[in-house]
Amino acid sequence: MNQDSRHIVIAGAGHAGGSAAAMLRQMGWQGAITLIGDEPIPPYQRPPLSKAWLQGEATAESLALRPATFYPEATIALRLATRVTGIDRTAKTVALSNGESLSYDVLILALGARARRLPLPGADLDGVLELRSAADADRLKAALQPGARLAVIGGGYIGLEAAASARALGAEAIIIERESRVLARVACPILSDFFHNFHRGQGVAIEVDAQVAALDGANGRVTGVRLGDGRSIPCDAALVGVGAIANDELAAEAGLACGNGIVVDLAARTSDPAIFAIGDCTSRPLPLYERTGRLESVPNALEQAKQAAASICGKPQPAPEVPWFWSDQYDLRLQIAGMPFDTTEIAVRGDVDAGKFALFHLTEDGTVQAVEAVNASTEFMGGRRIIQRRKRLTRARIADMSVSMQELAA
Amino acid sequence: MPKITYIEHNGTAHTVQVPVGKSVMQGAINNNVPGIDADCGGECACATCHVYIDAAWLDRIGLPVPGSQEASMLSFAAVTQPDSRLSCQIEVADDLDGLVVRMPEGQH
Ligand SMILES: Cc1cc2nc3c(=O)[nH]c(=O)nc-3n(C[C@H](O)[C@H](O)[C@H](O)COP(=O)(O)OP(=O)(O)OC[C@H]3O[C@@H](n4cnc5c(N)ncnc54)[C@H](O)[C@@H]3O)c2cc1C
Ligand code: FES
Repeated sequence: MNQDSRHIVIAGAGHAGGSAAAMLRQMGWQGAITLIGDEPIPPYQRPPLSKAWLQGEATAESLALRPATFYPEATIALRLATRVTGIDRTAKTVALSNGESLSYDVLILALGARARRLPLPGADLDGVLELRSAADADRLKAALQPGARLAVIGGGYIGLEAAASARALGAEAIIIERESRVLARVACPILSDFFHNFHRGQGVAIEVDAQVAALDGANGRVTGVRLGDGRSIPCDAALVGVGAIANDELAAEAGLACGNGIVVDLAARTSDPAIFAIGDCTSRPLPLYERTGRLESVPNALEQAKQAAASICGKPQPAPEVPWFWSDQYDLRLQIAGMPFDTTEIAVRGDVDAGKFALFHLTEDGTVQAVEAVNASTEFMGGRRIIQRRKRLTRARIADMSVSMQELAA
Repeated sequence: MPKITYIEHNGTAHTVQVPVGKSVMQGAINNNVPGIDADCGGECACATCHVYIDAAWLDRIGLPVPGSQEASMLSFAAVTQPDSRLSCQIEVADDLDGLVVRMPEGQH
């Protein structure tokens, strides 16, 4: 079939979907592209929502992935405020929320993830917020007046970043975490301790081992977070940051293989060869670690967008990347490369107390699986290369600052 | 508006207008010029917006400050040269009208 007559439909106009549309054009795709998103604005970057945007240091324009003029110029039909409500794989059509049906030759699912909600009494009170979209961020920002008290439920990255932004805006913040430490599921104890202490030093209160029992309210508005031990923590707004759930229901209903995300291969293909899936909604191979997993990061969204675009355009697949992620809190930049599977020891390079260090996670045979770097970009970049090359190192050598990162990575 | 020419590794040149105050990286992204990935969106955290500065412009643009975040990111970017810069760290100004940058073979 002539490439020009084929139609690519991209469901989900977020970081992955918007990037895939742009990359398809970069790779020379001549056929029609329709990009469908249920949000009212063109694709934008979410990372600043908890950071610069919240602190008033970013504009709607700087959030946008591409300027609005880009889509008509690149002849990408952008359909906003429109939901895909169903997929008919036999007829190769998608149903839209306005009742229309759209046929596709290739479908890319870029549906993202949504904030997990708390099934608790009071969770629907005004002032109980989540942070996933620009609209969510607007609501949170409005609540962060100087002196306002923000309760953050969940000590993950988004919660910690929001707490840091709240402090920057002169609001009070308390973090309520169910586990015994913040970042419990995503970072090692040394890093958790470091961030715990840093936030405390910035005036953030932290409750760990704290079960939330309910949200208290008056006149329909949240007034406090009630804990399992009966205490109530007063607040003017509560941000629920307890993780995200893959939007894989549409795919599952259509019979595509799913399991904590839509199952894809390294070419971003689902179990239906005409359907690709990319970004937060996928469960993907992690070739470096001989596992599969779901990643929630911009670099992952971009890598998979590239995989899908390359598959569709018949270009060579990009080499698999080391997964990575960043987080900004106060003047701390955390950068994480790799994933600490099967690791037995941690090598510390740099000075934790001085806030400039990197933690290298090693397996028994010294293979570096992951690096967590705080204000240490060289260690992060070098670490990424070391992980990519499956290099083995000893703890002593990593800790030895007289050996440069360039030497370590060589 | 200053014009900037981006030359892909395969030699394809793209000349586009970039508003003053934007970064050289944003100029490429906003015009969908292939060859600059900019994974971190301009935060100087990824080194996937790496370019080589045309010799005629190197004096004007300068090299990254030794020891800076940009220098440390660049020290591990793919295929660096003495004229390597991260394009998100170069702000477009009127006197950069005509700037030429070249793209490396890959950003990863
Ligand atoms: C506050 C915050 C901070 C973050 N910080 C970082 C960071 O510092 N570094 C980092 O690497 N990552 C960060 N992330 C994660 C990163 O933003 C995501 O990994 C990335 O956005 C994933 O892109 P995506 O396209 O898969 O999903 P999304 O960007 O979520 O896009 C999916 C889109 O599809 C839409 N959609 C869903 N269902 C339908 C449907 N049926 N029909 C039509 N449209 C639909 C959604 O509304 C959404 O617009 C952060 C995320 C958040 C929320
Ligand atoms: S865009 Fe990431 S370093 Fe320039």
